[in-house]
Amino acid sequence: MSARLLPLLAGGVAALLASVAFAVTIGPADISTADVWAAVSAHLGLGESTLPPLRDGIVWNLRMPRTLLAAVCGAGLALCGAVMQSLLRNPLADPFVLGVSSGASTGAVAVVVLGVGGGAVSLSAGAFTGALLSFGLVLALSHSLGGSTDRVVLSGVAAMQLFSALTSFTVLTSADAETTRGVLFWLLGSLTGAGWGDVLLCAAVLAAVLAVCLGHARTLDAFAFGEEAAAALGVRVARTRLVLLCAVALLTATLVSCAGAIGFVGLVLPHATRALTGPGHVRLLPVTALAGAIFLVWVDTAARTVIDPQEVPVGVVTSLIGVPAFVAVLHRGRRKT
Amino acid sequence: MNDSTAGRPATAESPATAEAAPGLRADHVGRRTHDRLILDGVTLTLRPGETVGLLGPNGSGKSTLLRLLAGLLAPSAGVVTLDGRTLPQVGRRATARRIATVEQHAHTQTELTVREVVALGRIPHRRAWSAASAVDTRAVDAALERTGLTDRAGQSWHTLSGGERQRAQIARALAQEPRELLLDEPTNHLDIQHQLDLLDLVVGLPIATLIALHDLNLAAMYCDRLLVLREGHVVAEGTPADVLTPSLIKRVYGVRADVTHDPGHPVIRFLRRPPKP
Repeated sequence: MSARLLPLLAGGVAALLASVAFAVTIGPADISTADVWAAVSAHLGLGESTLPPLRDGIVWNLRMPRTLLAAVCGAGLALCGAVMQSLLRNPLADPFVLGVSSGASTGAVAVVVLGVGGGAVSLSAGAFTGALLSFGLVLALSHSLGGSTDRVVLSGVAAMQLFSALTSFTVLTSADAETTRGVLFWLLGSLTGAGWGDVLLCAAVLAAVLAVCLGHARTLDAFAFGEEAAAALGVRVARTRLVLLCAVALLTATLVSCAGAIGFVGLVLPHATRALTGPGHVRLLPVTALAGAIFLVWVDTAARTVIDPQEVPVGVVTSLIGVPAFVAVLHRGRRKT
Repeated sequence: MNDSTAGRPATAESPATAEAAPGLRADHVGRRTHDRLILDGVTLTLRPGETVGLLGPNGSGKSTLLRLLAGLLAPSAGVVTLDGRTLPQVGRRATARRIATVEQHAHTQTELTVREVVALGRIPHRRAWSAASAVDTRAVDAALERTGLTDRAGQSWHTLSGGERQRAQIARALAQEPRELLLDEPTNHLDIQHQLDLLDLVVGLPIATLIALHDLNLAAMYCDRLLVLREGHVVAEGTPADVLTPSLIKRVYGVRADVTHDPGHPVIRFLRRPPKP
């Protein structure tokens, strides 16, 4: 089993590197793969840059962080989706089922539209705070209802409705047309304006949460027949659920506060990957993270180039491209017995 | 067939040694929800190697007792011990290496093969980050072999019949390499041939087994000892011949029955109610 995992991972990493290298060359300014290589190696201290500063800046300060943030977001969202689907035993679960994205929207809108924080608080910080508040509400609500998985899902749905309503209410009553458009763009998910700070922060949280999830990979397998069956296999169910929910919420909140609520990736990539790897989480989790990274790199490239010079929110494109791809995968993945 | 059958009279007659004896023991356990007493003052010792049948009508507390013994529920009174230590002292994972449970209806939405289902039984034996060892593979192979599922190993769990699914769950339980096996009405919804096959398989295992059953004749045929529950209380305990009397059946199940004593075990024949005058 694990013998086939290593080539799969190696292939995935190679494909991801190639995708990033290629995606960075695409855009209005004509930049070749050689230019990318030159800029990257110069900044990593491996040689002198031969590029003019403007082109170097386009590669290193604009396209590179944006592409890498796409990769990190894709990986994180797909990972979170896979964990949530297994933990909650619900194929419709995604990273946003914990109310994190709608809480983030409300937080962002409070900062941008209502001016909460008086300019000292960034949109990201507002979004992150909103996300954590919402998750806290879901956790408290589901705990008071008994803490079973369906209660977690129902609490998440309730929080989602509440915070969407708050967001809509705020936007409709307080925002002017220009602000509304800006907020809407962010709500749909966008990687515009990504900087190295975002990349490093998201990558660090991703690495930590990925380690936690991989450490629980076998435990997640035990949930296949439900929580009581998991307990009978020696899993401390309540503790495991709390640790994984918090890890997923933290990663999702971080990603959403940097790039908005990019939908679809967390719902569908895990399903598509399962068709490839089978249900074992030791294989599923790393592969789904790689698949999510590659997927979002390409989708973001499409989002910023297809109707050039207009940019489409990446969250819109994930669904437009993703749904047909998903249907194709489901058809091919139907197991013959 | 196994040692437990030969040792039957001795183990049934010597409860005094139970304190020190190894095995799984419920000591005056009770369980209550907000408004209802589900189980009250039940004491049961499952000694190494024996097969004990758990009888009683629906709602008499059979499933609750099994879940208390597996450590899946905490008793609200009394204590469950394994070789003299309470289950919380033993710990969740160590308990799962000793005690395996087979629930009435296992259900999953995950696309698992039979082998993957059976391999779940190795989870309590494996550390995080470690790959499957040769020991794990051997245990899974042996469990598949024992339950006659070797040929089905690569097949999807969802394509199995009800009886095969129960066998796969038993195989998963065997892969845990338990010394105590707890089964909750495993013969429900199986046709008679599969009921007998399954019970032959279970009593042939060299481990202690506690099995909740509905069918009194199957209980009489396969169990060394019986424990009868009604409304959360123990109403009888002993060998099938001692326990399964017409008066007990009348008292617990509210039906009339004839009991004849075949060589080996009693045979119960239920009687129709007399026609109303």
